[in-house]
Amino acid sequence: MSAEQETQAVRCLVAKVGLDGHDRGAHVIARAFRDAGFEVVYSGLHRAPDEIVQAAVQEDVDVLGISILSGAHNTLVPKVIEGLKEYDAFEDTLVLVGGIIPDDDETELKKLGVAEVFGPGTPMEETIEFIRNNLPERA
Amino acid sequence: MDGPDATALGDDDAELVGDLLDGSHRALARVITRIENRTAGYRGIVAALHEHTGGADVIGITGAPGAGKSTLVDKLASAYRDRGDTVGVVAVDPSSPYTGGAVLGDRIRMASNVGDMDVFFRSMSARGQLGGLSMATADAVKALDAFGKDAIIIETVGAGQNEVDVVRTADTVAVLVQPGSGDDVQTLKAGILEIGDVFVVNKADMDGAERTLAELEEMVHRREGPTKGLDGGHHGFEVPDHPDDESDGDADGSAEWSPEVCRTVANTGEGVDSLIETFDAHATHLRESGAIEATKQRRYAEEIRTLVRSDVGALATAEIERHGGIEALAASVRRRETDPYSVAAEIVGPIAECVEADADGAERPESATER
Repeated sequence: MSAEQETQAVRCLVAKVGLDGHDRGAHVIARAFRDAGFEVVYSGLHRAPDEIVQAAVQEDVDVLGISILSGAHNTLVPKVIEGLKEYDAFEDTLVLVGGIIPDDDETELKKLGVAEVFGPGTPMEETIEFIRNNLPERA
Repeated sequence: MDGPDATALGDDDAELVGDLLDGSHRALARVITRIENRTAGYRGIVAALHEHTGGADVIGITGAPGAGKSTLVDKLASAYRDRGDTVGVVAVDPSSPYTGGAVLGDRIRMASNVGDMDVFFRSMSARGQLGGLSMATADAVKALDAFGKDAIIIETVGAGQNEVDVVRTADTVAVLVQPGSGDDVQTLKAGILEIGDVFVVNKADMDGAERTLAELEEMVHRREGPTKGLDGGHHGFEVPDHPDDESDGDADGSAEWSPEVCRTVANTGEGVDSLIETFDAHATHLRESGAIEATKQRRYAEEIRTLVRSDVGALATAEIERHGGIEALAASVRRRETDPYSVAAEIVGPIAECVEADADGAERPESATER
């Protein structure tokens, strides 16, 4: 019905994956996203790649932000991306990585399909702006 | 204005519905997103799914923040899985009235069903919709039901009318109470007592649990009291001990569900199995007494009413735009050029004329398919 208002909202999953107990950054990001008007699903700590995939698919998020400070990104991120592909969800999910990622690894991650990597000190507005400009087109 | 195709199914949508019925998680997730977003065409999807629903037990769980709802839902889901049932969960969290943003944190507690896709957990935010939230929740439940879930749990904070409406879309409603959550006057507030079919004292290993249990038991019996009193008053007009009264009394006894009070410790999973047994007992009671039909019918009546109200409201909004927009109208009232009643009459007038013309028997193509 044309007169009915559509109420679209940007849905994000903020995910902590692997053995990494540092979630202050994820909390701050979740809060900033909320204040930007996004709907943020927070995964909680110590999630396995499978869980992240399950959450991203079921919640049908537009954006998946993975926070990794443990250095295990080269093992964990590819698993998440593979999982998303398995459920046909990779194409229209914007995958972001936040944390301490060496430059060489960043290039590799982007080759895998990560849209952008945000290091320490990135202003919140920059991340939010990036999401707004790069939201996946959805049918 | 809408054309006759408000519930027509586009090709893409038909494919999506087909994928959902075939068991694609992605399609199910996508359908719920459309329902939430009210994307054009979502009505067709829900209409197409409707005939596939009705197979699931729908349980609503409500309670104050921190009562342990999410943790209990996690354990319930895992207990259902243990006996081979598939589970859907819809967790509703409030959104900010200022930015519309929300942090949906119920998922954090879902630790017992890691990587198990047969537990479909979906977080939803209120999105500030007036009355629309219960509609969206009910439609999401339909999607899960049509997908083939055996048990569907709706979880929501029990504060205010919106949440009560949400939980009323469930067949069985459980109200979670934690020990020491205030005296019995607190429990009387906000209609919480009337909506519960099952009351659960969670964190039952804490101090004061026994007292809360006892208070709830008493409350529940007091709740039975007034209705019985009214019945008695009614019967008072008849001759006492009339033979007909016996059958009357029996019917009362079996048709009325007396709320159960259960105890759980969601952290450890204690009491969860017996809670599920109570849910089953209630579901069986609903089926055997025939109350389920009445409940469902009442719910559909409510749903139709909400839909019609929101559609008519949309018509009125469009009409306001045609009259120059709400701001201009309000400004003219402020300048004392007119008054709110006259403005309302002017706007509703044309709509009312159409309806009356329709009632007079004029054939209107729209009315035939309007839902």
